[in-house]
Amino acid sequence: MTINLSHFSAAVVFALFASVVFGITQRNSTMEQVKYGLYCFALFVGGVFVAGWVMALIRR
Amino acid sequence: MAKPTTDKSTKVSEPEYPLTTMAVVAPLVGWLIPGGGHILLKRYGRGILLLVSVVAMFLIGLGMQGRIYKPNGGDILDILGFIGDVGSGALYFLARLMDWGNVMAANAAADYGKTFLIVAGLLNFIAAADAHHIALGKKP
Repeated sequence: MTINLSHFSAAVVFALFASVVFGITQRNSTMEQVKYGLYCFALFVGGVFVAGWVMALIRR
Repeated sequence: MAKPTTDKSTKVSEPEYPLTTMAVVAPLVGWLIPGGGHILLKRYGRGILLLVSVVAMFLIGLGMQGRIYKPNGGDILDILGFIGDVGSGALYFLARLMDWGNVMAANAAADYGKTFLIVAGLLNFIAAADAHHIALGKKP
């Protein structure tokens, strides 16, 4: 079976699973884990957009 | 006559978190079966989420034609790649047994797949360390 993901979708899937593990392992209470997981996910996806814009601006 | 002195430095202090059998077994089980350490410690919800996350990343990595590193003593990046891959525990050994990930595809998707496989192993190492902390009582 071959999975074809675009660069962006691969980054979002990566961010999702990594954020779940970070949330569970780096915080103690359930609410803190959810908040930290969402925070990590936002940083991952935000980082993708920032890096994308930086590369687009460099390319011009 | 000299007074007897009490030497405080010889007093053996108890460790704050004593090492128990479970503190050794839980991370080992967690390494072999992603999330297994948490499930063993009755953190079922966390264990299942960790299992799903690590297994999904590993399978997606294989699906993207990612390469599985073999034990090697060559390039430092290859050695680090092997260390990352072996973090997935039983998944890594199963993949080696079934000869999955034995590809040399040179495209972007395969490169992402390789990264997914390595990161799945590294995340599993973090999860195993977390199981160790829970078993010690450092974390609820």
